[in-house]
Amino acid sequence: MLSKSQARTFFFGGTVVTFLIFIGLTIYSLAPGNDQTNHLAITDDVIKGKHLWETNNCMGCHSILGEGGYYAPELTKVIDRRGAPLIKAILQSPVPWAPNGRKMVAYEMPEEEAAAMVAYLEWIGKIDLNGFDRIVSPLAKDKQ
Amino acid sequence: MKYKSQQVAYWFFALCMLLFALQIVYGFIMGFARIGMDGLHDWIPFNTARAVHTNLLVVWLLSGFMGAAYYIIPEEAQRELVSVKWAYVQLISLALVGVLAITGYHFNIWEGRKFLEIPRELDYLVVINVLLFLGIILTTLYKGKRRTTTALVLTMGLVFAALLYLPGMIWFDSQVTDSFFRWWVVHLWVEGVWELIMGGILAFLLIKLTGVDREVIEKWLYVIVGLTFLSGILGTGHHYYYIGVNKIWLIVGGVFSALEPLAFLAMALFAVYMYRKGERNHPNKIALFWTIGSAIVSFVGAGLLGFAHTLPQVNLYTHGTLITAMHGHYAFWGAYVMIVLAIISYAMPNMTGRKRHDKTNGHLAFWLSNIGMLGMVVAMGVAGVVQVYLERRLSMDFMVAQEEVKIHFVVMLLNASLFATGIGLYIYEFIKYGRPTDEALEMKKEEEPALVH
Repeated sequence: MLSKSQARTFFFGGTVVTFLIFIGLTIYSLAPGNDQTNHLAITDDVIKGKHLWETNNCMGCHSILGEGGYYAPELTKVIDRRGAPLIKAILQSPVPWAPNGRKMVAYEMPEEEAAAMVAYLEWIGKIDLNGFDRIVSPLAKDKQ
Repeated sequence: MKYKSQQVAYWFFALCMLLFALQIVYGFIMGFARIGMDGLHDWIPFNTARAVHTNLLVVWLLSGFMGAAYYIIPEEAQRELVSVKWAYVQLISLALVGVLAITGYHFNIWEGRKFLEIPRELDYLVVINVLLFLGIILTTLYKGKRRTTTALVLTMGLVFAALLYLPGMIWFDSQVTDSFFRWWVVHLWVEGVWELIMGGILAFLLIKLTGVDREVIEKWLYVIVGLTFLSGILGTGHHYYYIGVNKIWLIVGGVFSALEPLAFLAMALFAVYMYRKGERNHPNKIALFWTIGSAIVSFVGAGLLGFAHTLPQVNLYTHGTLITAMHGHYAFWGAYVMIVLAIISYAMPNMTGRKRHDKTNGHLAFWLSNIGMLGMVVAMGVAGVVQVYLERRLSMDFMVAQEEVKIHFVVMLLNASLFATGIGLYIYEFIKYGRPTDEALEMKKEEEPALVH
């Protein structure tokens, strides 16, 4: 029968071993040789776009890379799908964009902010997502 | 209640009740918006309602865990808390951080990272708050007469939760790296260290409610939390399948997250077995309901429903859909909400000296909230499956598919009303108990043996 000290060893031993493997895998998957994101293509505009994405909590409604609020469309491939001019127009609109009646906040972004958002979404759209971008049909341009 | 300083837990529990009620209000705002009734959009758009709904959950659960620790640690360490005054300072600062964050969300002040919306400036206040809390708990344990496994596991969970908050505070230029480390906080909290906290509270309650020998319960507690970390740490990989990192996570995440239900299964079997093995017929049946219920529902919500979409082949279709929302609701409800409601139900008669634990309202609260939550989860699950099929198999546009699933949100709202009624009754009972009294301290010494039939 398992003793309490054996159970304690199982807990501490298992935790240490799996945590070390986890750290190792983290280093491996974030190594430059394994980059799937085209990291070197991250420009100042992309960074500014990410900052805008966060400070406006776009993820509270939309999703990106499959993560978000599930209330508004997934935006990973939105530039492919809808084109940069429409995206900029929506971001700069003084009237809430409301497809099928579901309203978006009217952000009235100035030109440079809308351009940064587009740069950010263009960079996102080129990430290798291990097949998610091609299987999830509305995201993939060639399936429309 | 053996120690006067345990009374501080009452105020943490009261904060829980207040924030839980507010969380439900914002949940209704989101639910109505999904069926097209978004009259509050100009003041509370969906992203605000969502951030408030999820952050209130996190803050009130943390408040519940902290209250539980302030109640449990003195009994386990067999001494008073080292400072009640600082515990109240910590409570006020926690409430202040919560209020500031939630008010800010209504004025577009946030960080916009799912579950971690609190602005960076407030993160530093959170760190100070948690350090203060840990200081009180660790010093109490250090000076205590006794060091138990239950206290150790509960405290380890709280310390690790604090440490794991830090990776979420680092800025990354890349959305992918940002997301990668955000899961270090979110996943390793809810599918890792929070389970230690849950296990610690569960073990304490089982020792008190069933009378089973502490050594037996604590031995199995080690096994359960061991299984939690063994599967949960590498199970983080299921969040990395499709966010732009290496394919190795498809295998690692797939295998280890498939093992994650084992910890919850062990917890459910453990709780039921200890209940059956127990010789004590504790009169606080409602605390027992919440305790055993938590272990069973967490197995279904976190274990089974998580497993249902954790394999990469399935997750390819369900990633980023309402299926995740369905699993999230039942997992949080079973694993964390129910265990906090269990410790509150156990502690209230002891702190106030009022024996209201067998009132009909308490039982109604349990059943109505559980039936309501199950109905909500089924409605969201059906909406999720329909969404996956229409959007990802039939290539329908997102908004067209959303129109088709509206009816399921009507069903969800009906069930949410049942759920809210149950929680309303729970809060009503909490209020009726009144505040802690010093008479309860005397009663503990003289009357508690009489509580055990």
